[in-house]
Amino acid sequence: MDYLDNLFFAILLICGFGYFFTNIKKIKRNINLGIAIDRTDNPSARWKNMAMIALGQSKMVKRPVAGILHIIVYVGFVIINIELLEIIIDGLFGTHRVFSSMGALYGLLISSFEILALLVLVAVIVFWIRRNVIKLKRFINPDLNGFPKNDGNYILYFEMVLMTLFLVMNATDTHFQLLNSGNIVSQFITPIFSGVSTSNLHLIERTAWWLHISGILVFLNYLYFSKHLHILLAFPNTYFADLNPLGELSNLEAVTNEVKLMMDPNADLFATPVATEGDVPAKFGASDVQDLNWVQLLNAYTCTECGRCTSSCPANLTGKKLSPRKIMMDTRDRLEEVGRNIDANKGVFIPDNKTLLNDYITPEELWACTSCNACVEECPINISPLSIIIDMRRYLVMEQSAAPMPLNAMMTNVENNGAPWQYNQQDRLNWKNES
Amino acid sequence: MSENLIVPTMAETLAQGKQPEVLFWVGCAGSFDDRAKKITKAFVQILNRANVPFAVLGTEESCTGDPAKRAGNEFLFQMQAMMNIEVLNAYEAKKIVTACPHCFNTLKNEYPELGGQYEVVHHTEFLKSLLDDGRLTIEGGQFKGKRITFHDPCYLGRANKVYEAPRELIRKLDSELVEMKRSRANGLCCGAGGAQMFKDAEPGDKEVNVLRTEDALETTSEIIATGCPFCNTMMTDGIKNKEKEGDVKVMDIAELIANAQDL
Repeated sequence: MDYLDNLFFAILLICGFGYFFTNIKKIKRNINLGIAIDRTDNPSARWKNMAMIALGQSKMVKRPVAGILHIIVYVGFVIINIELLEIIIDGLFGTHRVFSSMGALYGLLISSFEILALLVLVAVIVFWIRRNVIKLKRFINPDLNGFPKNDGNYILYFEMVLMTLFLVMNATDTHFQLLNSGNIVSQFITPIFSGVSTSNLHLIERTAWWLHISGILVFLNYLYFSKHLHILLAFPNTYFADLNPLGELSNLEAVTNEVKLMMDPNADLFATPVATEGDVPAKFGASDVQDLNWVQLLNAYTCTECGRCTSSCPANLTGKKLSPRKIMMDTRDRLEEVGRNIDANKGVFIPDNKTLLNDYITPEELWACTSCNACVEECPINISPLSIIIDMRRYLVMEQSAAPMPLNAMMTNVENNGAPWQYNQQDRLNWKNES
Repeated sequence: MSENLIVPTMAETLAQGKQPEVLFWVGCAGSFDDRAKKITKAFVQILNRANVPFAVLGTEESCTGDPAKRAGNEFLFQMQAMMNIEVLNAYEAKKIVTACPHCFNTLKNEYPELGGQYEVVHHTEFLKSLLDDGRLTIEGGQFKGKRITFHDPCYLGRANKVYEAPRELIRKLDSELVEMKRSRANGLCCGAGGAQMFKDAEPGDKEVNVLRTEDALETTSEIIATGCPFCNTMMTDGIKNKEKEGDVKVMDIAELIANAQDL
């Protein structure tokens, strides 16, 4: 009979990881729908960013309460998952607490897991209270209406249940409690089960064990559908983030080539352009997810919808429609829609008469941005909503000539007289002689 | 303010066979906006006082293209950039100082890739270097003991991490530097950036500059100092909105220093 258990465990494990990797491949495919850009320069600065910001959580603690609680959950998550190794070995080979032969070290290890599990449980409950009782502004913002709001809570429930199962599993493990080493928290839970017979106790322990590992696998697979992918993607996201000063916007290369041609006195403007291989007329800016670069799409999958960006956005703070978090959520939603379209059409995207612009993000949102970089600065994992906003403005202006009227006037002035206002360039030095 | 400003142009300087120590990029606001022109003059007064050999492009200067780029018009931006780079390179400009953080950011970060490589500093950084080198002395004068709060321009602060130079200059005035609840990397925008200066705001429940002015008023300072002509306009409008013109002044760091010296 034990043999069946192990087989079942192996199948569970293969299905769990198998489905997860299938979905990861899908994410990778979707991210690669974006324009290729090179973000492999300066690897030392990139590794440093990843170490400090993703691994070291340096930007999280800018808001100390959420930051410290998050570090507890994060450390707990990473450390407690070491226990996963033992669970997998036990499950596959029918052993029981295979590492307990390590003696004192095992006790020390499990003690730390138990303490962390308790801390995580407390932190997660505080998180739940912040979302549902205190109702912090960034968690009740309309961006999160519908699934995103539930998603946040589901993740918290998952963590509460997993931590409870872990502690109950230890508390009802008679063999482990008799060792009396490592049960630093669970020994206080054991008395709850004092009236339960040994066989029932064993049943509870086994149930908790199975539910714990199944829960972990379900959670792993839930990541793909939730905002919680950041636990994995924060690492590549911080590695590939823009290293330039925040104020620096990219110079569009396609435009540079055209402008150089226009300014070259020797260029033959009437010459038939030489067609090069794969010549596609350049599209300026972005109206859909395929026009964004792959790092922007990675940003969208990485966003965990914490809303720090939106809570610091001057436009959002003054009641405008723009919410940088929504820019990221919309980008991901549209990208997933495009991905499903590709899946349904044998690997080819069939136009669906929808675009990221207008169907998800409106020009009103885009024009409200002051490009102040508060959202980029705030993001704990270096996501840039601003770069998407600018790329979409570029499309509106260069492909559709759809800038607000006053901006068209400003641009006409710049073009005609070299200033955003209607002053003559010849008057530029007049201030020198004015009193 | 005394007049007799000495403002040589690059053309004049080069005709004399000389290269200035620094090229002063005045910017559109500094050239045309009535309020910003006062900042330009204050900065020139300091340069004159410190005997800094500088020059301006004068009528050869043109918009850097910043508002066009932020509005999404990359074509217009690059046209402006290439024309300016041609002029700057023809004059073999090495070092540029500007009192506008938008010009500063564009010249410093976006021109190099297009062929314009210069050492670009903001006027607060330049003034601080004059001070450090002993070429300029600052005494508190009329600002001694006054409460001054500094509004970080986004394109100077967050965009380029220049936070300390303007603050050190304020401290040199023997005045009391009071920070707003949102400052430095957490500073709140004045509402003008990203080409917003040139359009109406989208519908909302408040203007950004009014919100920022409230931050500043909370500090009960007598002076709101800035380092950007656009922030200056926005904060001045905010103060008017709050009917505090009589109590609070909005001044550029260059004006504070020029006034302290009675220039």
